[in-house]
Amino acid sequence: MAATRATRPPRSQKTIDEYLLSEQQLEDMYYHMLLARKLNERMLALNRQGRAPFVIAGAGQEAAQVGAAMALRKGTDYLAPYYRDLGMNLVFGMTAREAMLNLLAKRDDPNSHGRQMPSHWGNTARKVVTQSSVVTTQFLHAAGIGLAAKLRKDPIVVMACCGEGSTSRGDFHEALNFASIHRLPVIFFVQNNGYAITEKNEKEMAVEHVADRKRAYNMQGAVVDGMDAIAVYQTVRPAVDEARKGGGPHLIEAKCYRLWPHSSDDDDSRYRTKNELEEWSLKDPIKLFRERVESDGIFPRGDLDEIEARVEEEIREAAQWALMQPDPAPEDALGFVYKEL
Amino acid sequence: MTALTAIEAVRTALDEALAADDRVFILGEDVEAGGVFRATEGLRARYGERVIDSPLAESSIIGVCIGAAHYGLRPVAEIQFADFIHAGFDQLCSEASRWSYRTLGDAHLPMVVRTAWGGGVHGGQHHSQSIEAYYAHMPGIKVVAPSFPADYRSLLHAAIADPNPVLFLEHKRTYRLFRQEMDGAPAETRIGKARVTRQGGDLTIFAYGLMLHESLAAAETLSGEGTECTVVDLLTLNPLDRETILDSARATGKVLIVHEDTLTGGLGGEIAAIIAEHAFEYLDAPIRRVAGPDIPPIPFHHAMEDFFMPNRDKIASAARELAAY
Repeated sequence: MAATRATRPPRSQKTIDEYLLSEQQLEDMYYHMLLARKLNERMLALNRQGRAPFVIAGAGQEAAQVGAAMALRKGTDYLAPYYRDLGMNLVFGMTAREAMLNLLAKRDDPNSHGRQMPSHWGNTARKVVTQSSVVTTQFLHAAGIGLAAKLRKDPIVVMACCGEGSTSRGDFHEALNFASIHRLPVIFFVQNNGYAITEKNEKEMAVEHVADRKRAYNMQGAVVDGMDAIAVYQTVRPAVDEARKGGGPHLIEAKCYRLWPHSSDDDDSRYRTKNELEEWSLKDPIKLFRERVESDGIFPRGDLDEIEARVEEEIREAAQWALMQPDPAPEDALGFVYKEL
Repeated sequence: MTALTAIEAVRTALDEALAADDRVFILGEDVEAGGVFRATEGLRARYGERVIDSPLAESSIIGVCIGAAHYGLRPVAEIQFADFIHAGFDQLCSEASRWSYRTLGDAHLPMVVRTAWGGGVHGGQHHSQSIEAYYAHMPGIKVVAPSFPADYRSLLHAAIADPNPVLFLEHKRTYRLFRQEMDGAPAETRIGKARVTRQGGDLTIFAYGLMLHESLAAAETLSGEGTECTVVDLLTLNPLDRETILDSARATGKVLIVHEDTLTGGLGGEIAAIIAEHAFEYLDAPIRRVAGPDIPPIPFHHAMEDFFMPNRDKIASAARELAAY
């Protein structure tokens, strides 16, 4: 498909300019969002078949994740993600096969080789900082990377991610405070998906927006529609550029919606209504994206079907392949407690 | 080089490390002004932005150092009093300690957390505590607790050179206890090695920090009475030097473990267990412990503080009983 598109001019140069994104980037955006969603769907299917013990997904947050991650420089900038950030990791280079190795806690999972639960990301070579299940600790790690880069005068940017539930923890405050004091190149990117497991926003905070707190830190920030990948990119990209030039940290809140239960072990019918879910499903970020780029004439209707087919095949192959990969040996539990001198 | 106190030895090591490697930097409360114990005095003037005041927030200090170490720098954090380090417990124990483990060594954290610990300074409940057992329990963090000025210098260099997180415990009462000659470069020292500080055939005392000096004083007293003690300076509390511990326990057959930390769950229990498991046949007496009583440490009033603290008399008295067993 890319080859055929390369042979003709973009459908709408004006729109592409407004988007700040090239046709290829828009295609990548759609591909990564779709890959994240379809991977999550396959993961849940494997869980229901009893082949994967646990799934924690980012359904509903793909636009926020992919839009924000695409604003970073792959290979240069750092990502300190949280457990729903499959979409971010895909943009940073994770393959469908690796995602499946991670789900199945296989020996060769590059994230933790079966030592952590699924979706606990980390890939040093790709500059994805290893994360644990403890939330918001990574905000301070991001500040530390920002401080190190500032000391070394390296023009990099760090993006730290969390859900809005995590913003109640002390490390959120400490990290924003520290980063702002030293004007560090950190984008604190909060994906407000409406729920901290069962708790709605009003149980977590007394302000309307997480980003309202930027004033407390004398920090720049914004609230953006997290169901709109293009809007997210357009908000995050200038912030990244500014931070890279020494403009200091930003607090960006993407308003999204957690379309799925908290995890494969959660029953969300206990705490949210079908009506609410149906209402938000109409705003599914992947559907919205496709409608927008098609109605703006970037891609002819049906043109993106090919990506859907490619994603389906990629995932089918990845799952099949990953299931055959070796598990860690029991005694692989030992080792690497310390890095040898 | 002249004779240095422990605090001067720490300052000297920091100065040497900052001069030798521009990846080294210091982060902590009041460090730009020299720190409350003066460990970093003069360093801000010499190294500028590599000596950084932190906000009063211990989780920040440790969490930021994790990020900077991950990036490839060599942070040396200062937690002003060990009593306040627990606000950073999560960062140390849930994060730093597992960095290498959970990445199979792809990532690691060459970082040091220095902190002032220990009683006998009229610091009350939150400026006197022993915190080592909490952290020595956690695989992935090395815990070091020197007693002599020269060891402060050489072990701090070893800690900064180590590719792993090291908790470097500085007993406040040892800071200015006495001076020690240090000529030339610091001794090459490895983390993880205990040292036989005094040799004697009748019993072995294991200690660290201020209690090492109290144990040496008690051993001197006992020597006058005809009982010769080996005194082992543990130096590293995690990982423990099992070889030196077992060698000495087997050699003397009688073991006294001394720490300021409260008795239950203190490191003495682990040392006793190592000996009981691996040197039981060599023992001529039950293992003894002298430790703080099981009360929240440490009461402020001097009489109660003295009651709490193990000291040379309490150690000598336990050693006498052990020798007579």
